[in-house]
Amino acid sequence: MTENSGGFHTIVCLKVVPRPEEVVVDPQTKTLDRAKARSLVNPPDLNALEMALELKEICGGSVSILSMGPPFFEPYLRLAMSLGADRAYLLSDRTFGGADTLATTYTLAKGIQKIGKWDLALCGEESSDGATAQVPPGLAEWLDAAQVTYAFQMAPADQGRMRVRREVKGGWEELMVSLPAVVSVKGNVNEPRFIDFDRRRWALNDSPVTVWSAADIGAQADLIGFPGSPTTVAGVRQVGGRERRKQFLEGTPEEIARELARLLKTQAGSR
Amino acid sequence: MADSLYGAEQARGVWVWLEHDGQALAGVSLELLAKGRELADKAGEPLTGFILGHEAGSLAEEALSRGVDEILLGDNPLLKNYTTDLYCAAAAEAVLKHKPNLLLLGATPDGRDLAGRLAVRLRTGLTADCTNMEMKPEDPSLLLSEVTGFGGGIAAIIACLRHRPQMATVRPGVFLAALSAKKSGAELRRFSPSLEGVPRRVEIVKRSIGAEVDITKSKFLVIGGRGIRGDFGLLRELAGLVGAEIGASRVAVDEGWIGKEHMVGQTGFVTRPKVALICGVSGALQFTVGVASAETVVAINLDRSAPIFESADYCVAQDLFKVLPPLIKELRNSK
Ligand SMILES: Cc1cc2nc3c(=O)[nH]c(=O)nc-3n(C[C@H](O)[C@H](O)[C@H](O)COP(=O)(O)OP(=O)(O)OC[C@H]3O[C@@H](n4cnc5c(N)ncnc54)[C@H](O)[C@@H]3O)c2cc1C
Ligand SMILES: Cc1cc2nc3c(=O)[nH]c(=O)nc-3n(C[C@H](O)[C@H](O)[C@H](O)COP(=O)(O)OP(=O)(O)OC[C@H]3O[C@@H](n4cnc5c(N)ncnc54)[C@H](O)[C@@H]3O)c2cc1C
Repeated sequence: MTENSGGFHTIVCLKVVPRPEEVVVDPQTKTLDRAKARSLVNPPDLNALEMALELKEICGGSVSILSMGPPFFEPYLRLAMSLGADRAYLLSDRTFGGADTLATTYTLAKGIQKIGKWDLALCGEESSDGATAQVPPGLAEWLDAAQVTYAFQMAPADQGRMRVRREVKGGWEELMVSLPAVVSVKGNVNEPRFIDFDRRRWALNDSPVTVWSAADIGAQADLIGFPGSPTTVAGVRQVGGRERRKQFLEGTPEEIARELARLLKTQAGSR
Repeated sequence: MADSLYGAEQARGVWVWLEHDGQALAGVSLELLAKGRELADKAGEPLTGFILGHEAGSLAEEALSRGVDEILLGDNPLLKNYTTDLYCAAAAEAVLKHKPNLLLLGATPDGRDLAGRLAVRLRTGLTADCTNMEMKPEDPSLLLSEVTGFGGGIAAIIACLRHRPQMATVRPGVFLAALSAKKSGAELRRFSPSLEGVPRRVEIVKRSIGAEVDITKSKFLVIGGRGIRGDFGLLRELAGLVGAEIGASRVAVDEGWIGKEHMVGQTGFVTRPKVALICGVSGALQFTVGVASAETVVAINLDRSAPIFESADYCVAQDLFKVLPPLIKELRNSK
């Protein structure tokens, strides 16, 4: 289960994100304090993993997990292996910190090149924290691979290609995609499977998680972390929405309904 | 720090990528032209609308009357529909030739697909989903982009200090499209991107584009969140009576109760209705930025202390399932 011994090889890029409702803002520094927030696997990444596992059932081969992040990500990678992935790679180094999407995609691409032969790299459509959706296209560019974003269906086709449907503005399109390709998968497109209890022991204790530093993947110091990131946070500010009336309507539901009906008709009257 | 392919001292001009479907320019592109005009004037630089396509001459003419200094049209049969490899190659060629200072794109599926790849090819910074943009007063060639998403009422100002072009995406509905007239001397320039040798790794075999739901254009929105417990039926009935569109919080979309095209907020759409009736939504900042420009906000929430009431003009601290049925009855009777 551990060796990448040929066959169709899918790499699933998985990010661990803080639970949105638990991230607090430090009132003094106005920066994010994620230390107190619990984490979870970015939800659409589990849809990407499910898609990879379904492809593995058809094409054979194996599924690897790749993540860039601090050491505490490791249990989440093991969770992915208890769902069916074969091995995981964690790119972890203090110098990766502060990466914007240019530095993040460079680092992930170096990780994929170090892993070696691959056919398909699957990502979630976007993360629930940074939420830029810039990682999949950027990764494809560094790897000089084909790219598809917002995919919701994928199946093997002729000549080693994939038939993929992606969402576009107001509809969808069907694509024939040459491999290798980086594909981002929409959230909720499938039902991620439950933990496989036969794999759980193996996944939690013995499954292979390879941790690589910047030196291990041969990353150039000026392309990773803060130095490799052209964007910077130049400041923060409190966003006050506009002042609203905040007037409570009191009474029985019927009384309120009558008042609301009147309000809605006058407010929207000139539509 | 590694450099972008050209530097700030060479960069000049505000560029907007004009997305289209062959028939019409995308709304978000027109919105960006209006904002782009403002930024270009502040920077003292020209505004260019950048179109890729095939036989898109009439779209280019239309864009020419939107206050630009110039339209740059890259025409090639291979660019008829959007595909990443070809569009990215054509865009990179034009950018490297003319070296704009800013490049703005709509945060649509294709806009994000292109921007994310192009930024890496140009080795420059890209800011996602800006909620506001201005040129720095003390240094008017530097773009300051505001992004939310940090929670707790905080917006971050993102800058790309040295790398050019300064790239940013903006969601539909964030800015207003101005009906600006044609600027005198506005010019249409054509170029033929050289696309030989560009790999065509992705081939479109089928497209299905339906009628688009566009909640950014509706005057009346009825919006549901987790509190509606999966039942948009009641809301649809109400919406039908007043000619409203349906909006939803991210939770309602993530739960699979309704499509993403209905999502209101930072990840969803920024809307500007006359009236927004919001049911069972707690009022997280990422949601409320999507209704900040509504003229009147009415919120129904069981919890009197829910933050949504801070963003509402009229507040109903009641069970929505008790209030909506009599409201529907009232509206039906008064029809
Ligand atoms: C509120 C906020 C706003 C930000 N805005 C910007 C911005 O405008 N521009 C910018 O350049 N950076 C921005 N960043 C930084 C950016 O979030 C980081 O660079 C991050 O490492 C990757 O971007 P993302 O989370 O947006 O990923 P996305 O592109 O949204 O993620 C898509 C998919 O890529 C994969 N992926 C992403 N990160 C990893 C990872 N670390 N390991 C493995 N797979 C991964 C996952 O499959 C994920 O589902 C922002 C960060 C925050 C918190
Ligand atoms: C980067 C990022 C981007 C995001 N973008 C968006 C976005 O674009 N749009 C968005 O909406 N969210 C977004 N979110 C998520 C946002 O933070 C909230 O989690 C989300 O808006 C909550 O949705 P909700 O209000 O429907 O659910 P909840 O927060 O669970 O609130 C449900 C509310 O319903 C009320 N309720 C329950 N039952 C009833 C009843 N019977 N009658 C009346 N009221 C009832 C409850 O009191 C509660 O206040 C984003 C988050 C992040 C981190």
